[in-house]
Amino acid sequence: MGLEEKIPEGIALTTVDTMVNWARKRSIWPLGFGLACCAIEMMSTFASRFDVARFGMEVMRSSPRQADLIIVSGRVTQKMAPVLRKLYEQMPDPKWVISMGACASCGGVFNNYAIVQGVDRVVPVDIYVPGCPPRPEQLIDGILKLHAKIEKESLRAKPKSAARTQTADDAAKKADA
Amino acid sequence: MMEDKIRTFLTGRFGDKILSEYSHRGQLSFYVQAQAVREVILALKADSELKFDFLTDITAVDHQGQSWEKEGRFEIIYILTSLKNTSRIILRTKLQEDAASIATLSGDWGCANWLEREVWDLMGIKFEGHPDLTKILTVEELEGHPLRKDFGITYEMPQFSHNSSDIEVVPDNPHH
Repeated sequence: MGLEEKIPEGIALTTVDTMVNWARKRSIWPLGFGLACCAIEMMSTFASRFDVARFGMEVMRSSPRQADLIIVSGRVTQKMAPVLRKLYEQMPDPKWVISMGACASCGGVFNNYAIVQGVDRVVPVDIYVPGCPPRPEQLIDGILKLHAKIEKESLRAKPKSAARTQTADDAAKKADA
Repeated sequence: MMEDKIRTFLTGRFGDKILSEYSHRGQLSFYVQAQAVREVILALKADSELKFDFLTDITAVDHQGQSWEKEGRFEIIYILTSLKNTSRIILRTKLQEDAASIATLSGDWGCANWLEREVWDLMGIKFEGHPDLTKILTVEELEGHPLRKDFGITYEMPQFSHNSSDIEVVPDNPHH
């Protein structure tokens, strides 16, 4: 039926998007970035018992320049917020953010002067993993949901950093006006 | 006994300036007149036998709302250690809200500089003569002293179904 019958053996047809997304989702390198008790669960997720190497992401990169994913694992203080933002901006596109646990997602029990009430005020979050702290299985579920999200992405879409710079410009203009 | 030595030293030398004694689970502390605190601490430091020459910590308590608040809203606590005798002493002093200031120890111990800045930042106690009494822990934008009892506990009002219409729009984080 159709084109597939006419092409020689050993050749498959696909779209560039599908292929690129398949490669991207199977080789997400996370930034080694632990903030609080959630980081302990994150480390456990990355160690042999739960072993995210199964999903092609066993290498924690120490430099944001080599990272694709930042897992915000814990409470972000008001003073850490600019650091987190800077790390995010230093990551090359494509990049993703997982907000791990109650504190990163909404401040958790730390509704006070020191803690950012939800890390989505500082960086755009792709996946929220609830829990206090979430078990490694939950984080892995979040990672798999991120894979599903990446599958739907397209190369034609604007890179996140470009899109965000524009928003920042708008905000700056608004502030000037 | 070390404790008796300290007691004799303090009451003998400073008399009325030592207001009372208080012991909790074997930890000895003395309430001292606010004006005399530096004098007492320096005497304990200089004495060749007691030699409390290590300043472990300076901290503070806010007693607002307690029945004993009228004795002084703020309590400043100095923890001194004698490395020679491996013993420890706690000196406490109470300050009224309208006179929340006390003499600095930053010229006597280098570490007192940051400890006093921390107390200033979180509790708003002024240290007279401190060379650089500025914020040390909280963000620049934050106004007030967050560990005071009258500082708002929550950064954001918790939203429930019964009060969702009362919640104001919270201004964005300055780092956004």
